[in-house]
This record gives sequence, structure tokens and C-alpha cells, in this order.
Amino acid sequence: MTLTQTATLPLEVRDLTVVYREQPVLWDVDLAIPPGQLSAIVGPNGAGKSTLLKAVLGLVPRASGQVWFFGQSLREARARIGYVPQRNTVDWDFPTSVLDVVMMGLYGQLGWFRRPGKREREAAMHCLEQVSLQDLAHRQIAQLSGGQQQRVFLARALAQNADLYFMDEPFAGVDAVTEEAILQVLHGLKSQGKTVVVVHHDLETVREYFDHLTLLNVQVIASGPMEETFTSENLRRTYGAKARTGG
Amino acid sequence: MNPDLVIVTTAILVSSASALVGTFLVLRRMALLCDAISHAVLPGIVLAYWLSGGARATLPALLGAAAAGLVTVSLVEWLTRTGRVKNDAAIGIVFPALFSLGVLAVSLYFRQVHLDLDAVLYGEIAYAPLNTLWLWGLELPESWLVMGLLTLLNLLFVLLFYKELKLSTFDAGLAASLGFAPGVLHYALMALVSFTAVGAFQSVGAILIVAFLIIPPATAYLLTRRLPTMLLLAVGVGVVASLGGYALAIWLDASIAGMMATVAGVCFALAFLFSPLEGFLTTRLRRRRQRLEVAARLLVAHLAHHPQPVSEQEIMAEFGWHPRFLRQAREKALQAGWLEARREGLWPTSRGRALGQGPSVP
Repeated sequence: MTLTQTATLPLEVRDLTVVYREQPVLWDVDLAIPPGQLSAIVGPNGAGKSTLLKAVLGLVPRASGQVWFFGQSLREARARIGYVPQRNTVDWDFPTSVLDVVMMGLYGQLGWFRRPGKREREAAMHCLEQVSLQDLAHRQIAQLSGGQQQRVFLARALAQNADLYFMDEPFAGVDAVTEEAILQVLHGLKSQGKTVVVVHHDLETVREYFDHLTLLNVQVIASGPMEETFTSENLRRTYGAKARTGG
Repeated sequence: MNPDLVIVTTAILVSSASALVGTFLVLRRMALLCDAISHAVLPGIVLAYWLSGGARATLPALLGAAAAGLVTVSLVEWLTRTGRVKNDAAIGIVFPALFSLGVLAVSLYFRQVHLDLDAVLYGEIAYAPLNTLWLWGLELPESWLVMGLLTLLNLLFVLLFYKELKLSTFDAGLAASLGFAPGVLHYALMALVSFTAVGAFQSVGAILIVAFLIIPPATAYLLTRRLPTMLLLAVGVGVVASLGGYALAIWLDASIAGMMATVAGVCFALAFLFSPLEGFLTTRLRRRRQRLEVAARLLVAHLAHHPQPVSEQEIMAEFGWHPRFLRQAREKALQAGWLEARREGLWPTSRGRALGQGPSVP
């Protein structure tokens, strides 16, 4: 424990390093995410954006570093954290329905052994309404389009009712309707005072969609309010370095 | 005790226990790993046999096998994680290594004792009625006790941890971030697979147990898109294979376990061909029907633009259709009441004309 950690910050990362076969994927990352804002993590391919989310959530081993959520450890703050993985990380042929997947977001509140019931079904249905998928509630997930899959994941995250959300590339390869639905959900979360950290790949839209920006390329290049951070100098340092090493 | 009854009930217990855990193996795409486990439990059994002083005891054999199963899974995962060997190759390296250790141990040190290789490989379910034990003053087949307990254990595991198993199978990342310890569940499942493999060992042997663990769930997967239904169907296919396989084996005087696995395979083939979901033949039939439907609509729309009936020769020339295809499309349109056959040729009915104005036909 250090005395300098800030209890009000939803996420604080210090000296985080992740190594994959002697190759650093993340190097000495320090990060402070402000509360109640939409925050983007941007960087070139292989910059470690997804790894950063996974390392913070304890899904990949860390070589070093400390992470606090609202000044607490992951174990203490787990119920306040929601996670939306990339949608291609799961098998969409899995035999289950849309409503069932959304209810999975409530499993954390249920804990071990307790089964979801009527209350959970209604809560899940309510979350599906927020992404306009209530008509597909009983559809098999194998029959969804890519955009619908992403919205199902979003509804599942809403069901978690967290205070801090991590979303891995939610805008990747979705149709315009889904993009609009995601934005609405993000603004809804923000208006409820929640914090959302999104791995994003599109420099065209990042300034319009988000309040806070972290530029990442193995190390944190810059992190701060969008207007101060989104500068051509910072972008060159983030993407240019990659271009040099790449060839 | 009626020996037929003992054999059939033993087989039903083996297939039920296998189908319950096998369903999750299939969904986790770990069918190959279960093949590895079922073979690699052999050295565990031999070791337990040796440690317990040569007594043919079931409990040490179960524990030894479970340990060997977990060693297999850990070794495969470790080899894969080094990044030098791909997962399928890692499985292909670990299980022959462990299995051959077991085979060597049996052939070198247990020549004289009752642990022969044929029984290990192919099982001897026909002997199930001979191995009995006394319990509460009743003479019961040992296989009932062992497989009954294993079926109960697997059933309890699936029922108690249904929600957690489903979540960690579908999305291990979310399971972990919600604090559900998917790794622990994974190893618990692997331990149960090892238990089941060794329990079923004496009945169906190391090779055919895979047929019971994988084929019924794989068949069920083709027939439903609901997990509870898939579990029930998998058990159902196992029961059908047990009953049908035994009856056929008696009739043809063939290997019982072999015939049961064959019947399971036939069930899979039938589901593969005729499943209402995405059966190979069902899909082809459906596509054919759809193609004919489109052709019939096209035909009607085309005729509706002509001021007088058109001969079939002209239609074939214009569309480039084979006479048989035209005949089928015409039949379809006539049956639907879109066309009527006049002496001069085909003529659309008022229903057929109304169809042409619909949005579904360009």
C-alpha cells in the first residue's frame, strides 16, 4: 500500500509491465482514468491495448505493477467492474439464446450456485430494450449479425450494473445502426456518472466520441483530456515509432 | 441377477455419465483432449495397482487415473504455453508417451496378474455380471456401484455448477472477471472426465470410451440450439446406443462395446444427414425447394408481362432452363395457383398477377 493512491479515481495503474516470451507487450505503464468520463485507449496494432485491459482485470499475468479500482484491489472492487471482451473471443455457435447471454451479466450478483429467475429475466429484458434487441430475446445467438452480437454484449455489460466499464473494440466492424446504439449506451452510462474505458482504433471518430484519451504503444505516450492530448505531435510519437520499427 | 440386465444397465450408466461431461468437452472443443485422457489414465491405474499391492481395488485405481488425467491436461497445457508446440501436436505427444508407459508397465511387471491388455484396450462389458460384491446383504454387480456413483457425481456436478459451467465454457474471460474461477472448474471437469474414463475402462475399454464421451454430445449438438436439451439428448443417444448396440451384438454375436459404439456412430450419421437444424440432406432439400420457389415466381412474373400465353419452348429458350427444371417450376406454380395451363400455353391467374406486384419479386 502506498499513501499516494487516490480513492476517487476509478482506475489507477502504476508500473504495469506485461511480458510475453521475453518480449515486453506493455512497459512500465502508469495510468489514471478520471471518473464519470468516456475514456479511449488508442494505439497501433500490437500496441498492447487489449492486453492492458486484460492485465488490469487479472486475465493475463503481470510481470510487475499495481492496479487500484476506486482505491481498492480487484478482489474488493470486482462487483463494480464490467467487462466487454472483443466479440470474436467467444463461440457464437454455442447453444444458447440472446436473453440467456444477457443474463450472464447478472451471474456476478447471483454468486455461486444461485440460479437466475424471473427477476433476472426481467432485468435482462430491460437491458435488451436499451440496445433495441428485445424482439430477438429468444433468438439463438448463432443467428445474429455481427452488429447484433456486439449489442448483445453491450446489453450484458449493462446487466452487470457496474460503475466502471472496460470495452474492447466495441466499434470494430459494426454497422451504422449498432454504432449509433453503442454511442447512446455510452452517453447513457456517462449521464449516470459511470466511467467507461474503451479500446478504440478509429482516429477519425475518437475526438468526437470521447472525453479522455490515452495514447499507447507498449508504453503510455500521452494521457489526458482529449483537447490537450489529441495533438499531431503525440499521434506522430504513437504511430510513427511503430512505423519505424515496422520497416 | 439377470446378466443381460446387468450388462445393459451398466452400459446405460457408462453412457449417461460420459454424455454429461462429454457435452461440455464438445462445446469447449476439447474432444481430442478427452481421447488423450482416456489413454493416459492407464499408467495411473497401473501405478495405483502396484501401490495397493496388486489388489484389484477400485478406489486406488480411480484416484490414480484421475491423477494421470490431470497430469495429461497439465502437461498438454504447459507444452502449448511454451509456444514451441501447437495444441494438437502437444496432445499427440503427451498421450502416446503416457499410454506407452502404462503398456510397458503392464507387459513387464504384471504378466502373471489379472490386468491383461486386451481388457484394457477393448473392455469386457460381458464380464460385468461376474464381478459382484456384497452390500447390505445383497449381491450387486460392482459395475453398478462404480458407474452408478460416477453418474451421480457427474450429474451433481452439472446440476450444481450448471450456471458456472455454461458461463466459463461460453466466455471464460467474463467468468474470470466476475470471479468464478474458470480454471478451477476446468480442472474439476477434467478430473471427472478422468474418473469417468477409468470407471468405464473395465466396461468399454480405453479406445471406445471416446465414442461414449464424444459421439452422443456431438450428435445432440446437431439437433438442438439449447444447452439443457443438448444434455438430455446426449444422454438419450447414449441410452439408444446401449440398448440397440446390445441387441445387435447378441443377434450378430459380435463385440458388445464395439456394437454400442457403432450404433452411436449411426445415430450421429442420421443426425448429420437429417437434422432439422442444419442437416446435410435437410439443407440441400431446403435449398432446392427455395430455388424452385424463386424459379416459379420468376416464371409467373415473366408471363404476367406478356399479352398472351407463352409456349414452353419459348420460356426454355429465354431462361436457358433445362426442360425438367421448367417442368418442376411449372408444377410448383400450378400447385400454388399462380398459373393455369391453357391450350396455347401457360397463363398467370389473378393470384399470380397479384404476386408480381409484391415486393419479394424484383
